[in-house]
Formats: sequence, structure tokens, C-alpha cells
Amino acid sequence: MRHLLSAADLDAAFATQVLDTAAEMASLTGREVKKLPTLRGRTVVNLFYEDSTRTRISFEAAAKRLSADVINFSAKGSSVSKGESLKDTALTLQAMGADAVVVRHSASGAPHRLAGWVDGSVLNAGDGTHEHPTQALLDAYTMRSRLGRLAGLRVVIVGDVLHSRVARSNVLLLHTLGAEVTLAGPPTLLPVGVDSWPAKTSYDLDAVLPGADVVMMLRVQRERMGDSFFPSAREYARRYGMDAVRLRALADHAIVMHPGPMNRGMEIAAEVADSPRSTITEQVANGVSVRMAVLYLLLGGHR
Amino acid sequence: MAQLDAAPTHQPGHSGDKVILTGSELGRVVDRLAHQILEKTHGGGETVLLGIPTRGVPLARRLAARIAAFEGAELPVGVLDITLYRDDLRLRAARPVGRTEVPSCGVEGLRVILVDDVLFSGRTVRAALDAMRDIGRPRVVQLAVLVDRGHRELPIRADYVGKNIPTALTETVRVLLTETDGADQVRLASDPAGGAR
Repeated sequence: MRHLLSAADLDAAFATQVLDTAAEMASLTGREVKKLPTLRGRTVVNLFYEDSTRTRISFEAAAKRLSADVINFSAKGSSVSKGESLKDTALTLQAMGADAVVVRHSASGAPHRLAGWVDGSVLNAGDGTHEHPTQALLDAYTMRSRLGRLAGLRVVIVGDVLHSRVARSNVLLLHTLGAEVTLAGPPTLLPVGVDSWPAKTSYDLDAVLPGADVVMMLRVQRERMGDSFFPSAREYARRYGMDAVRLRALADHAIVMHPGPMNRGMEIAAEVADSPRSTITEQVANGVSVRMAVLYLLLGGHR
Repeated sequence: MAQLDAAPTHQPGHSGDKVILTGSELGRVVDRLAHQILEKTHGGGETVLLGIPTRGVPLARRLAARIAAFEGAELPVGVLDITLYRDDLRLRAARPVGRTEVPSCGVEGLRVILVDDVLFSGRTVRAALDAMRDIGRPRVVQLAVLVDRGHRELPIRADYVGKNIPTALTETVRVLLTETDGADQVRLASDPAGGAR
């Protein structure tokens, strides 16, 4: 595989190889010397057209632990603000000899276009409301390490599915790996055509919680919304927020996930986010190991 | 020990295939290596065995078992995966990464004996030395190999050698072990495609 553009590109064998490699990478992070020489002399460009802390830092840490050179590019303060197009930026990176481009863009499909313009690997770090495949991989890794397996797991993804690239990538990957996904949220926040996704849907969160092994809360993406998707934040929290009462309805082994950044008090209550059932900080730590695995598997071998 | 022709995972019968060590001979070589380690380390104190995957790992375990049987010394055994330290990663598709298991005593200030099946170019051992540097600073690092087949590309030598086998570059030395291959045997095969490095 040369690019990682969509979770749909991952078959079960390769996805499992990523998770297994990530587990080995994770075992190295406990060491005093965390650096590996594996990608010495390779250049990884972080091309971020949208704000991000977690994902950009995570990719940067992963690349640096593998000894790659990292160039950070954010649209603010670059020639993009002077009107340079994605293609011209891509050609500039190409001329600089980037071995991999990690791209985040507000336009769905931007990484696919980029892949046609550069020789290096393109890694999708989130494109619009489309996909975020490394997030899905790190979520799958977190589920597997907490619960021991993925096949047959019942995963409920809750909230703003419509605007969520995390949800789409997770549904695709979890389906490939044999988990059963249920999407729960208000009808206005489930996308048109959700029936064709390999997942069940429900408008009633309380009905699906008791059978869940994993509950994944999605951030309500108000920056991508007008104001008419639900009546009020309070009403949303009451019907679809994960609070202490709903936490008690879960099975004893069930975990609560959130890709971050959280709206505390809206989709997730502070006491849930900080409870031992929550895997939110684990997800961040696992993100580095998973991205190391992806960078190694895409860049480590020959072309 | 298994019989010589019970090597199901490899296809013998190449015209040039030659058995260098039979199962029982291989057992004696391991015994001798264990004795040599005991002799040179004065009884195996403060010594850790680190096997290099794949076949260095069962070899290290066997050496530890034989050392325990001869003198009762329990040497810690670990696994040192060198995949991420190889200098030939770009020559092939990305290889699967194996697990590194450092014994609980660590390696700091101890004698580490790296164990591998075949010493050839020396590049695996160089990678192992790099990997070692990232897990600690042993007092001394030594190398034990079952077979030294020559053709070094780096200034590296073994401290304990089971058997020296003069080879041509076009030949391949195949070490088979019961744990990984279902039988114990060392074969020399003429391989027109060149040796596996």
C-alpha cells in the first residue's frame, strides 16, 4: 500500500498488521530511548489546512520517534493565505522531496487529489466530513487492547454522525474487522443514505446502551452547523449526552470513547470523561503508536 | 532429536543439498557452545542471553537450558528484534515487526551474549548492536552463533562458534530447528539466486 486515504482501502489482513505493529511500537515507548532509526533521512510533511492539535502533534511525534525529518505546514501564515492552490502547494512539496504528506483539509476528497500530484505517500489526517482513517485505526487499537478482540464487539457510535469523518472511517474499519456498529443520534444528525452503511441506526440512545461493549461519543461539530439541527444544547445533552445515569446503564466491561476535542457537558459529562471507563487519554497515547505503525508500513519498505 | 530427513517446511532434494549437521550432531554442538559459555563467563554469572529472531530465540533458550543442566546456573533469556534497525529495509516491502523482550533484570552493566543461527555478512549483528544501545549499556556484548559461514561485510566476529562452514556466496545455509521447522538439521544448498541475507 502506498497511500492511506480511506478506511475502506484497508482489508482485514493489513488493518490487523497495522494494529499488531502498533502493539510492538507501543512496547518501545516505555523505554528510556524512545527513538528508532527506521525512517532516518525520510521527510514527512504535515500539511494542515484545518486546525488540529492532537492529530498534528501525534503524527509529528510518530514521525520523529522513527527518526524522520518533519516539516510542519499550516495554511495560516503560508502562501495559502496569498491564494496558492492545493496543487501548487503540492508541487512545491514534491520539489522539496517529501516522502510522505500527511494532509488535513476542509474539503472532502482533497487527499485523493493530492495523491495524484505527488510521488510520495499521502496520509489522510481528516478531510472535511469524509474520512479520518488513522483515527479509526487508533480507536480499533484501543478497543482491542481494552477488550481483547474486535470480532463480534458491539459498538455504538453516538451523536453528530452527519459531520463526522471519525464515524464514517470507524464504521468502515470496524465492519471490516468484524465488529457490529450501531449509529445513534437525532434524525437530523444522521446522514442521508446512512441505510447503505454497514451499520444499524437508532434514534433512541437508551435502548441501545445496555447491549454495548463500546460507546463512542462524537463531538457536536457546531462550527460545521447552522443552528437548526437540534433545539438546544441542553436538550441534546438530555437525549444524547453520556452522563452518570447512562454510564450506570452500561455493561460492567463497557468502555466510553471520544475522539476529542470534547464539549464537556454536552455530548459527554465531565464525570464520565474523567471516569476509569473512559479511554480518552489512552486514545491519544495509542494514536502515536498507531501512526508510527502506519508510517513504518507505508515508508519503511521499498517503493 | 528428530531424524534428518524429517524437515517438512523445507524442500530438500535440490541436487546440491548437503547435510552439514544432523539432529544429534546439532545437539552436541549446542552442548559444546553451552560449555564454552560457562568456561568463558566463569560459570555464567551476570550474563544474559538475547536471541535474535527467528532462530536465535530457540537457540538462546536451548543454550540456557543446557547451561542450567550442566551447572545449575539460570541465565535470563530475552528476545532482541532488529527489524527497525536493519540497513536494508528499503530493499524489500516493509517487514513485520517482532517483539523485543528484555529480561526483567535488564542489560545494564551485565554481560550480554547475542545468539543467532548463522553469521554471514555481519549486518544483522550490527543492527542488533544498534538495537542494544537503545535498551541499555551492558558491560560487555558477546556473540554466539551456531554456524559461521564467512563472507563478512563488516568488521564483526563471533565469540562462540558452533561450526565454521566454508561456503560460496551462491550457497545457502539452512538451519532447521524443531521449535520453528519441526526438525533439527543444518543443510547447505546451492542456490543459483544467491544466499539469503
